[in-house]
Amino acid sequence: MIKANYWIALQSIVYKECNRFLRIWVQTLVPPAITMTLYFVVFGSLIGRRVGEVNGFEYVEFMMPGLIMLSVINNAYSNVSSSFFSAKFQRNIEELLVAPVPTWVIVWGYVLGGVLRAVLVGAIVTAVALFFVDIQIYNFWVIITTLLLTAILFALGGLINAVYAKTFDDISIVPTFILSPLTYLGGVFFSVSMLPGFWQQVSQANPIIYMVNAFRFGFLGTSDINLTVAYSILIGLTIVLFTTATMLIKKGVGIRH
Amino acid sequence: MNALEISQLKKVYKGQVEALKGIDLTVVEGDFFALLGPNGAGKSTTIGILTALVNKTSGQVKVFGHDLDSELELAKAHIGLVPQEFNFNQFETVQQIVVNQAGYYGVERKVAIERSETYLKQTDLWEKRNTPARNLSGGMKRRLMIARAMMHQPKLLILDEPTAGVDIEIRRSMWKFLQEINQSGVTIILTTHYLEEAESLCRNIAIIDQGLIIENTSMKALLGKLSVETFILDLAKDVDELSLVCAKSHLLDPHTLQVEINKGDSLNHVFAELSNLGINVLSMRNKSNRLEELFVNLVEQGKQQESA
Repeated sequence: MIKANYWIALQSIVYKECNRFLRIWVQTLVPPAITMTLYFVVFGSLIGRRVGEVNGFEYVEFMMPGLIMLSVINNAYSNVSSSFFSAKFQRNIEELLVAPVPTWVIVWGYVLGGVLRAVLVGAIVTAVALFFVDIQIYNFWVIITTLLLTAILFALGGLINAVYAKTFDDISIVPTFILSPLTYLGGVFFSVSMLPGFWQQVSQANPIIYMVNAFRFGFLGTSDINLTVAYSILIGLTIVLFTTATMLIKKGVGIRH
Repeated sequence: MNALEISQLKKVYKGQVEALKGIDLTVVEGDFFALLGPNGAGKSTTIGILTALVNKTSGQVKVFGHDLDSELELAKAHIGLVPQEFNFNQFETVQQIVVNQAGYYGVERKVAIERSETYLKQTDLWEKRNTPARNLSGGMKRRLMIARAMMHQPKLLILDEPTAGVDIEIRRSMWKFLQEINQSGVTIILTTHYLEEAESLCRNIAIIDQGLIIENTSMKALLGKLSVETFILDLAKDVDELSLVCAKSHLLDPHTLQVEINKGDSLNHVFAELSNLGINVLSMRNKSNRLEELFVNLVEQGKQQESA
């Protein structure tokens, strides 16, 4: 198969993925908008006023990048995990397996579908945030690169989850018991500097801290962590997960006899 | 040129279930080939390996000369698969399903949309192109899978029980469509439980049982092995007892007679004897599909050899 055909195959997978999450927009696009609106109202406007400033910014302003990142992480992950698992469950993954599509194209196709949903949801949440915050941009490229790398990373995580999943319960276990705690403790609602010394050290083991802080730096120019470390972790984890996902699908784990 | 060459193909599943015990099979280009066997014989495993849905344990498979181990993508590009079970996204529309599938094979979207009109019209699904697949009838879903498999214009079409659960009228129209596809130069491999289907459509046949090919010949040669044909005669009046002199026969009920005729023998003497007895025949039909008899015999022989 020539390289041009790979490109067409990739486009087809991405088209199919986008069509899927747009077809069920009530399930995929509306809930994050409602949830984040509530976060802004409750934590930003109501409680945030009593919290005062964090790192020199109003609480709602400090929280806003974290909430966008929270949506991006959840949507990138859940889009790919549910879509790939459904394809396994309904056996339409076979449409791809019988076709002359290399494994890396399948992986990128699903990941890009997840990234596009995450970016779209991120844009919706940003639009919601405009009603509560005067958004400032400190470094546009940090925002874009952190957003895309994080979305890619969690889309890959969702894909690996779906590869191993045998039931629909299996694709909700990781988001519920691992992803949510890590995200909520990942510096979305607080600065690491607000934690006691011991917990500051513990929080360094949470990869989401680095993503949220790097993203926040893009908006506010302030971060609890070093940006180079954040990018190194993001890129390193992305390479590890991409290699793992490609290897699993190539071996046919969970999808071939 | 050979469309398919299989040599010493083996598959052992986890738990040491030996699904294929080293089969050899060749299908020439342009053939309409039947692969038959009882449930669990190894048909679906064979098809799974050809289409990369099942990993083989050992052996070699070539599709139009392309080895599955070294030229997997080229081999896959020649194959169109109509699987046994519905495996499309039930929530997508008919046209989305076929156009996306073409895209996976590198067919540009614009070309795929144009081509979808051709194949959806040929399968009588054009009017349903914007209907979600879950709303189609069983027969329509079967035809959708054939249209989907044709979208990249494969040289080898593999159909795994394509007419299962389809009513006779639609089955006949699908046969006609498959014959047209074959006449256009596409090699077809068919597995089916309807042996009449294999007999009507296929020129060559292999019978697989317990992971081994137990027969591989032309349909004509296989049917030539039949020594006896069985007919059912509907009699005009009820009779209590009847035994023909000229042929082996027995009454199934007072107005239905089963007659066995040696191959090549005329039926005239049967009718003459019945006429002499004052019995008129209202109608006559084959007792069962001829291929079915052979198939059952071959599989039974295989079982007897296994137990011996």
